[in-house]
Amino acid sequence: MRRTPYQALAAILIMFLTFLISMVFVLTAGGFQIVLRYFETRPQVTAFLKDEATSSQVDAIKAKLAQTGKVKEVRYVSKEEALSIYREQNKNDPLLLEMVTANILPASLEVSTEGLTHLNEVAQILRDEQAVEEVIFQEDVVKTLDQWTKNIRRIGLGLMGFFGLVSILIILVIIGMKITLRKDEIEILQLLGASRWYIRVPFVLEGLFYGAVGAFLAWGIIYLLLLYLTSFILSFFQGISLLPVSPIFMLILLGTELIAGIVIGSLGSLLAVKRYLK
Amino acid sequence: MVKFENVTKSFGTITALDRVSFKIEKGEFVFVIGPSGAGKSTLIKLILKEYLPTEGTIQVDEVNLNEIPKKKIAEYRQKIGVVFQDFKLLGDGTVFENVALALRVLGKKPDEIEKKVATILDLVGLKDRAPFFPSQLSGGELQRVCLARAVVAEPDIILADEPTGNLDLGTGREIVELLKKINSTGKTVIMATHNFEIVNLLSQRVIELDKGKVISDQKKGKYHLK
Repeated sequence: MRRTPYQALAAILIMFLTFLISMVFVLTAGGFQIVLRYFETRPQVTAFLKDEATSSQVDAIKAKLAQTGKVKEVRYVSKEEALSIYREQNKNDPLLLEMVTANILPASLEVSTEGLTHLNEVAQILRDEQAVEEVIFQEDVVKTLDQWTKNIRRIGLGLMGFFGLVSILIILVIIGMKITLRKDEIEILQLLGASRWYIRVPFVLEGLFYGAVGAFLAWGIIYLLLLYLTSFILSFFQGISLLPVSPIFMLILLGTELIAGIVIGSLGSLLAVKRYLK
Repeated sequence: MVKFENVTKSFGTITALDRVSFKIEKGEFVFVIGPSGAGKSTLIKLILKEYLPTEGTIQVDEVNLNEIPKKKIAEYRQKIGVVFQDFKLLGDGTVFENVALALRVLGKKPDEIEKKVATILDLVGLKDRAPFFPSQLSGGELQRVCLARAVVAEPDIILADEPTGNLDLGTGREIVELLKKINSTGKTVIMATHNFEIVNLLSQRVIELDKGKVISDQKKGKYHLK
């Protein structure tokens, strides 16, 4: 029996787009969540020292912090050590290494607190010290990441809902067109005594097929893209184990997308069958 | 057995059938004759439950058609074979596929379908035409495909709505002979037609309709031109 490929392509394309967007948001939100958790489990304040800070001033700060009982560890990073860390982080980018010497980079104190709640107090102590130039307060980073993660989730859910609805409508229209094109055949089947489900099932299966194929293609493309971008992402988020994404997680994601695709496709075609098959 | 009791069918202000009553026993061959607009096709469609009567009752094998729920209509129609004037064949299916469709909707297995379709195509003289498409067949051959499809599932009743309407007399005669052959196996055949030559040829029961009313019901009837 003759088939029209363009309608099928349109249906698969919209499903593909829906799941592509879904996967991008799911993985991005997931990635941000990992980064957030990384910072949450490493409550840290970094105090950059003035060039003229002496070792006795540094020791005095260390002692003061130890007295609070809220500090887990204080680590002094010298200018030379800061340079070596910088060189290691940017070893693949010679442009960034040019002209940078130990004199440019400040020495710092990396303070790990017992918990997130102590960050504020410790940061304030450090800010009050004369030898301290600047304090980077991790709570700001955590708050920003948390807000971004929430926004990504909200926007993602909104877009997924919108595209999901568009997909259902497009499948409804396409299956409706196919029913209309095959109305003579359907009339013959009805007169021959075909049951309602005998007539309806092929159309429902068609919608299901579009959903499953669209979901699978989106998953495949994103997984390939992720593998391709692994080295870039790893270098960008050094120290944070964002990648590789667990194959088990990707399989679970595939399963979830396939189920969602089947549901959306079937829903669109069931609505079409209900509307156009009388 | 098919029984009409005071059946009226109206479409708005038009009365297609007006208090029609008759009884057709199992295994009978009945012509339903009359000019165009007499109500012949409406009668066929009522038996097929394409319409519901406006008044009256229709019984097929003791079952009141009015009482058959929507979801059981398909099951009811599986007991009836229909031959249409306009053939109603699938243009992009072969002869084999068109005939097999009647068995596929019943959920028959492929090897059973293969065997039965081959047998029935042989019976109607289309064994060699199995792989052909409807566009490659003559009018007579198309009607024989339709006939084959109507009988392959071994229904109890065969309804033929003007099966010779688009055919010449000779070809039409062949079709009616096939219907007679099918009738001889015990199937009830009800054929609506306005072709008096065919009717007069066979000397079977004739129910004559005019303007929706039964004007005669003769056991071995003839069609009298007015």
